[in-house]
Amino acid sequence: MSIPLIVFFACALLAVAGAVTLILAREPVHSALALIVVMLSLAILYLLLGSDFIAAVQILVYGGAIMVLFVYVIMLLNAGAEERTDFSKLAKFAGVPLGFFLLLWTAHWLAHSPAGRAAGTGGAARHGVSTIDLSLLIFRKYLFPFEATSILILVAILGALVLARKSE
Amino acid sequence: MEFITQHPVLVVSLGKIAVLLFVIMTVLAYLSWFERKVIAHIQSRWGPYYVGAHGLLQPLADGIKFLFKEDLTPPVADRLVFTLAPFLALALALTAIALIPFGPPMQLLGQQVFVVSNSEIGLLFLFAITSIGVYGIVLAGWSSNSKYALLGGLRSSAQMISYEVSLTLSVVGVLLLAGTLNFNGIIAGQQGYWWHLIPRWHIFPQIIGFFCYLTAAIAETNRVPFDLPEAETELVAGFHTEYSSFKFAMFFMAEYANMITVSCLATILFFGGWLSPFPDRWTWQLFLPGAALLATGVYTAFDTVAQMRGLKRLQMTIVTLLALGIGSLCLIPVVAHVIQGPFWFSVKVFLFMFFYVWIRATLPRFRYDQLMSFGWKLLLPVSLANLVGTAAWFVWGWMRHG
Amino acid sequence: MFSEFIDRRAPGRYYISALNMDSSYLDIYAPLLLMFILAAGLAGVLVAASTLVGRHKHTREKDQPYECGITPTGDARAPFSVHFYLVALIFILFDIEAIFLYPWALVYHELKVFGFVEMMLYIMILLVGYIFLWKKGALDWS
Repeated sequence: MSIPLIVFFACALLAVAGAVTLILAREPVHSALALIVVMLSLAILYLLLGSDFIAAVQILVYGGAIMVLFVYVIMLLNAGAEERTDFSKLAKFAGVPLGFFLLLWTAHWLAHSPAGRAAGTGGAARHGVSTIDLSLLIFRKYLFPFEATSILILVAILGALVLARKSE
Repeated sequence: MEFITQHPVLVVSLGKIAVLLFVIMTVLAYLSWFERKVIAHIQSRWGPYYVGAHGLLQPLADGIKFLFKEDLTPPVADRLVFTLAPFLALALALTAIALIPFGPPMQLLGQQVFVVSNSEIGLLFLFAITSIGVYGIVLAGWSSNSKYALLGGLRSSAQMISYEVSLTLSVVGVLLLAGTLNFNGIIAGQQGYWWHLIPRWHIFPQIIGFFCYLTAAIAETNRVPFDLPEAETELVAGFHTEYSSFKFAMFFMAEYANMITVSCLATILFFGGWLSPFPDRWTWQLFLPGAALLATGVYTAFDTVAQMRGLKRLQMTIVTLLALGIGSLCLIPVVAHVIQGPFWFSVKVFLFMFFYVWIRATLPRFRYDQLMSFGWKLLLPVSLANLVGTAAWFVWGWMRHG
Repeated sequence: MFSEFIDRRAPGRYYISALNMDSSYLDIYAPLLLMFILAAGLAGVLVAASTLVGRHKHTREKDQPYECGITPTGDARAPFSVHFYLVALIFILFDIEAIFLYPWALVYHELKVFGFVEMMLYIMILLVGYIFLWKKGALDWS
């Protein structure tokens, strides 16, 4: 087994384990921690796909910024450990089967459709881009979406203010 | 076995990391000695004096004492998170140092000698890793289940994220000049001299950016005058109030490691990293490291004879012999060549560490509301203006030369 | 002096996929991962040593949260000011803005005036938000 393969399986396992812990943990802060683990293992998976820039930004934005907000909100609400309840009927009869179906479907897609097979073996990423190429793409070809993010952030700032005002 | 021969990078970097961790841990230990000594002398005291000559064995004694102290975990605390917090803080602080190039990109066995991970976007990864470090503090504050710890953790993390924005913005000016995110590339861009004398370091065109960076970096590492989270008059010890034994020491080690990281970053971005401040034509500078060590050896020799008695005399003799021995080793031309980059790098980082301690000994503490508005209302706009100004300066150049 | 070692503007690195990755890419990030594993191991050993070595004897006073000798009252995890939450929100937004500046700085010398204009437009729009925050007092700490 090559190193990337070992790292891939380790991180994939970590990501799934983190996601399961996120749902099963009773203490909200533990859930948040598990989500951080998921985010970080995703970053390493991006790294394996050859996209170091995306990996760094994933850690910086999701790991370092958004999850801090999550933890803050949990601390702010002072939510204690949640009570263990039974699955709701909807989850039991619709959610669980649907999840299994989705899993099987994805596996089928990866194994049989040409695009899926390509993605599975890394063929789709055969010609990746360096960070410089990526930057040129953002600032030349995708100029409009880039400028649009600033409007998006502006709206988010206004939203944050309104929310904070309301709760005071 | 085959696995190892197929991946020589793992073996080589294992060696590099082992050396790096050993050096860093030693430096972390002696930084505490250095800080106490410098502050003591600024305040006309002696500082650590009893354990070993000049208190040189004090860090060792501290370490042993920390280890054998009772490790208390409050029963009301969240055990898992309480243990995880110091672990995260230290592990991440140490990991970040892997990205720092301590010397020029010399190669040995096809691997770079002076850097563990020479990432093309090293700066982004460094910021990414340090941005995760905030959890150590938030989680320590939350898990302790103590009022002081919670308040300290909250204040500290709010301060860190507030200054992180200014920190990331203040560096963009340098990036505009360098055009790369790779550390060695940024340093290489600072080669050459103005009027054959003044090095082309980014500090000169980016003086505003540098001051923004410096302020934000001190705030990021929670040091005086931004050490609000540890304001002992208000919050006892802030987020690590409930910690004891080595877990307590680990927060300190993480803080020192972070100080080293931001100092290294300042050195790389603004002060030419491992480049020498003197023009290349001054060939005598090659022997400067050896000469400096020899001078230290001569000084300690006099000190040994004049001041030290008994066991302390033996200790100082060892120090003297080490300084003289390594000093004369550094005079061998090959060694002198190799040691040149790391020497200048560590001199610059050392000066930054001295600056940190000096500030701690002389400046009073901010008030929390002043600190937050300083970050958001002054540092942020100034660093933004600096980057816009730098970009505009380039545009002006393009306009003139087409 | 060292210029022969350095390729100032490293050419774009091309990789194939995770499974047959260009070895230079592996050379860069495998050590970083290794460093994290070893640093974590070291920190883990220290935490373990702290827990194992040294005596452990609980007493009622020792187990109480430290409050300078005063008997603790109430729960420590009291809700705190919403302002901390607002700061975290604003931080995310400005952090995203700052991250866009990094790739921009990387290719600024290729974009030239075009790059300047588009980034100034971007900063202008965000400046409106910043001034709005300032005027509404979100940056004040009371």
